[in-house]
Amino acid sequence: MQPKRLRIWQSKLVLQAMKDSVKKLNPMAMMKNPVMFIVEIVTIITSMITLSDLLTGGNFKYDGQITFWLWFTIIFANFAESLAEGQGRAQAESLRKNRSEAFAKKLLADGRSERIPALQLRKGDVVVVEGGDPVPGDGEVIEGTALIDESAITGESAPVIREAGGDRSGVTGGTRVLSGRIKVRITANPGETFFDQMISMVEGAKRQKTPNEKALDVLLVGLTVTFIVVVVTLVFFAGYMSVKVAVSTLIALLVCLMPTTIGGLLPAIGIAGMDRLLQNNFIAMSGRAVEAAGDVDVVLMDKTGTITLGNRMATDFLPAEEGDKAALVQAALLSSLADETPEGRSIVVLAKEQLGVRGRDIRAPEGASFFPFSAEKRMSGINWTGHQIRKGSPAAIAGFVASHNGKVTEKVQRITAEISHEGSTPLLVAEDDRVLGVIRLKDVVKEGIRGRISQLRHMGIRSVMITGDNPLTAATIAAEAGIDDFIAEAKPDIKLELIRQYQSRGHLVAMIGDGTNDAPALAQADVAVAMNAGTQAAREAANIVDLDSNPTKLLDIVEIGKQILITRGSLTTFSVANDVSKYFAIIPAIFVTQYAALSILDIMHLSSPESAVLSAVIFNAIIIPMLIPLALRGVRYRPSTASVLLRRNLLVYGLGGLVLPFAGIKLIDLFISFMKLI
Amino acid sequence: MTLTDLIPALLLPCILTVLAVPLGEFMSKVYSGGHTFLSPILRPPERLLYRLFGIDESEEMSWKTYAWSFVVFNVIGIVALFLLQRLQGLLPFNPSGFGPVRWDTALNTAVSFVTNTNWQSYSGEQTMSYLTQMLGLTVQNFLSAAAGLAPAIALIRGFSRKGSETIGNFWVDLTRSILYILLPLAVLWSLVLVSQGVVQTLNAPIDAWTPGGQKQVISVGPVASQEAIKQLGTNGGGFFNANASHPFENPTPLTDFMGVLGLLLLPAALPFTLGAMLNNRRQGWAIFASMMALYLMGSGIILWVEMQGNPLLEKIGVMNGINLEGKEMRFGIINSVLFAQSTTATSCGAVNSLHDSLMPLSGLILMFNMAIGEVIFGGVGTGLIGVLIYAILTMFLAGLMIGRTPEFIGKKLESFEMVMSLIVILSPALLLLIMSSIAISTQAGLSGLSNPGPHGLSEIVYAYASTSGNNGSAFGGLNADTLFYNLTTSLAMLVGRFSTILPALAVAGSLAEKKIVPVSTATFPTTGTLFIVMLVSVVIIVGALTFFPIFTLGPFLEHLLMTAGKTF
Repeated sequence: MQPKRLRIWQSKLVLQAMKDSVKKLNPMAMMKNPVMFIVEIVTIITSMITLSDLLTGGNFKYDGQITFWLWFTIIFANFAESLAEGQGRAQAESLRKNRSEAFAKKLLADGRSERIPALQLRKGDVVVVEGGDPVPGDGEVIEGTALIDESAITGESAPVIREAGGDRSGVTGGTRVLSGRIKVRITANPGETFFDQMISMVEGAKRQKTPNEKALDVLLVGLTVTFIVVVVTLVFFAGYMSVKVAVSTLIALLVCLMPTTIGGLLPAIGIAGMDRLLQNNFIAMSGRAVEAAGDVDVVLMDKTGTITLGNRMATDFLPAEEGDKAALVQAALLSSLADETPEGRSIVVLAKEQLGVRGRDIRAPEGASFFPFSAEKRMSGINWTGHQIRKGSPAAIAGFVASHNGKVTEKVQRITAEISHEGSTPLLVAEDDRVLGVIRLKDVVKEGIRGRISQLRHMGIRSVMITGDNPLTAATIAAEAGIDDFIAEAKPDIKLELIRQYQSRGHLVAMIGDGTNDAPALAQADVAVAMNAGTQAAREAANIVDLDSNPTKLLDIVEIGKQILITRGSLTTFSVANDVSKYFAIIPAIFVTQYAALSILDIMHLSSPESAVLSAVIFNAIIIPMLIPLALRGVRYRPSTASVLLRRNLLVYGLGGLVLPFAGIKLIDLFISFMKLI
Repeated sequence: MTLTDLIPALLLPCILTVLAVPLGEFMSKVYSGGHTFLSPILRPPERLLYRLFGIDESEEMSWKTYAWSFVVFNVIGIVALFLLQRLQGLLPFNPSGFGPVRWDTALNTAVSFVTNTNWQSYSGEQTMSYLTQMLGLTVQNFLSAAAGLAPAIALIRGFSRKGSETIGNFWVDLTRSILYILLPLAVLWSLVLVSQGVVQTLNAPIDAWTPGGQKQVISVGPVASQEAIKQLGTNGGGFFNANASHPFENPTPLTDFMGVLGLLLLPAALPFTLGAMLNNRRQGWAIFASMMALYLMGSGIILWVEMQGNPLLEKIGVMNGINLEGKEMRFGIINSVLFAQSTTATSCGAVNSLHDSLMPLSGLILMFNMAIGEVIFGGVGTGLIGVLIYAILTMFLAGLMIGRTPEFIGKKLESFEMVMSLIVILSPALLLLIMSSIAISTQAGLSGLSNPGPHGLSEIVYAYASTSGNNGSAFGGLNADTLFYNLTTSLAMLVGRFSTILPALAVAGSLAEKKIVPVSTATFPTTGTLFIVMLVSVVIIVGALTFFPIFTLGPFLEHLLMTAGKTF
């Protein structure tokens, strides 16, 4: 489904964010953001100076306006964070709305069930959910099958089947059972479910900083400390040059130089990234995983369900000799009657179609005994009227007919080879010593997968397909889908081994999985995406859950991860580049009365020293709300080489950051002198 | 000025490159313990030294042990040199009969030579005995240079190793630096210098009688041996107070050219050592190119400024207003400028002209060279460290802008690396601002000034830029042999040295443990032009943002006032 369009300026959210941004002025809350915390401290100082101006008759007009804009610098920054939080909260809230009022039928030890509020459920409780009931919490189906409407979470209207055992056993709180009756073991206490997890990722107070945010914080604190020293020592240098600088001017210079733009927007960027994940129906377990997604350079995918539509389907019956067709179809049908594998069912469907049988049940004929499929024998079939009918892999059937002193004809061998070569799977059907023909099982590659894989390649990500198929089949599918590499005839535990191998060579590996046997590999992968429809084990091992259960959406995660980092880097560059113009506005303003020669630095020709300082402060403040849309939407990411990307962002945010404030400060200065504010 | 005058300036970068490449490769082999053409001669004494000091050559150190060894080595050096100066009156080779050096001067000098700064608040030929000069100062010229090389190699290992707990053995790196690199080069250099007429003797100063009948003491001494290592090790502490403008230290245009070449040689070779040890020679070239670009930009500006001449001099009738005050006539403008730029761009600090008398804007460039932390070639070892740390900072921003968590040469850059890198870049710079602001606003600091106004400010800022950058050159005009300046510049030198090397070793240790991220199309290539441009820009921007106010008030304001006809 298409991600919901992002609306930033919703009046309800904006109002709430305004309230929150004032609440966040509480210094205890500000301490989480060192840059803005320092701004608040110095703003308190200018506020006191402004107050004392009233008593002593100081320059109230100037100090007052500086103070006013400094407060707004902080409020604007808080507003950005609050707005991002509000969006995330609204998104998450709408997802879990259904659940809080829900009741659950808890199964008691004696087999009866008791009605209790869903919030009282604890991990390990077993509940019964029947048609019409909401699923009271995240859990795993332990008994039964049900049709479930997950539209409240995924927005997808088509209901899905969840059943005990297998890889489709996970259910999510807030969804609704349409029909069927299932027993669900609850796997999370209220407050620990995915949604609660997600909400804690977007709410400032509980939010953990990601490793990259911490590293960037170090840089921002370093810059801040530098500028504090620059400004404080300037007092002494100015004193030596017999210039006395007003404290409010020094504070204005400090705040202008400090990286307030990025410092103010940094929390919002991270939260907005999480919001975008939610909009794409992902739930991330940690911000770290999202950042790592931007770095992933190898992605491991199961063939089935990810690259191909899922199960192989019988598409053709190819008789060994002309005239065998009817016998072949008949034999294929008989041998598959008891075969409950998806392939077996598809053979039955195709055979019935070709025989023109519409009836729902075709019973096994009297006196027949089934020979069930087993992994060692690799064939299944039926014994009837003294004949043994078998279908299975070419090798297995060759062995079977050989035991009846028959052999596989050359024509059959040719057909088999052709089918394999096309990347399809041949199944041979035999009756006693004779091979009747070949069933073609075809793997259908998903529509659009090729395009997505090639996009991955443009991002520098190598795709690796894992399949139990033979190498020939695997190669064909890989070629059809444009996959870079594949592992054929893979056992489940090879995934874990493979991820370790890639990691030891320094790669960052993403893995998409849904089955229980994927769980160890998911736990090992750097970015582990589990399908929401997958088993509980898989979902617990993963660090991102995809509510849509659409594996190709990994691309979106990678894109969002990259966007978060690019937005941070670009705004940091912008913030630092801005400083040049601010120096050119404020330094001449401080010294020009004493040393007229320094007016040469006043390249913007600002109307007065006081107006110059005020203009710089105002620019510094209003650039924050102006950049909020960018921070929340993220800098656009287009897959291209690193150099192209860097050159573009350097031009826009580096050079732009250098030039833009000169124009901005000049405009504000014109406005100030026009309005006679100073 | 004719084209012939420009020849040294044009020739220098070419000759430097031609010599630096093979030297860098050679050094890579030395530090990797490979066989070189010197091994047959030097291997036995190397082994002997290890046995003597009980060093196990194959034993590797964690970064903490490496850093601890570095600190111990430096402390021993400072104490020994301090005692030598205090006791020189009782020791031999003291023909002039100098008494003990004053304690604060002795401390300052000990710190200065051990930290490879070679800031000289004393006047060499009037304070130090031959024994102090040779056993103390010349020996430290070797040791401090080697102690700078070792951590740089350790940092390279941090990049080249993966999953490693260790970054080499400090004592082995130190020994090899001296035996295989510094000693052979110094011997070669000294011989050429002696052939050009640089003095090398243990005899007492010579008494001469001027035509006017006055007695003149002509100082001589073991000059050539100190001169060679002074340049090669980017030490810069002259035998004579007049340093490389003294005819016995720097008699001919050839020795002058060799002086410039010598001080640039090892710092310029180290990027190639990096390239060789990483087996990524393009990376070495990219780092070298960044340094060269910064170097040529500075040289160009100074040359242009000096050729503009001084409008005031023009007014009083000097031809073209060319400012030759404080320059040796025999070297002229080009050679003086080349020397001044090279000696501040590297952390050498030897001088062949008075930087105080250069045009104000030239002074600005020299101060900038030092204040950004000596990364334009920089000190022996510390220059490479500095530029790699700047590269880490650069790649942190660049990495974010391409949507990856930042990495450089395959190593992920995280909070720890950022903390350490910022300490390396910021602490000398901030110390310079803080110290200068103290000096400029206290009686003790102001009493050393000989000029008022912006020029006085420049003198003080230059002194702390020189010491915190471990450069050691003096602007002149500031009397630094006072208790206040001896102690504060000592502090600046110690911080400049240790806040560069210790955090760099921490980075080395942290990087060595990390995996190496393989290159893909999403990796930003750090060998191309864009990287070089970014690195150069980051160096300039960090410097400009930190020093904009102080450079505006000092040299820039002086320049403006000078054009308006006011001097200081």
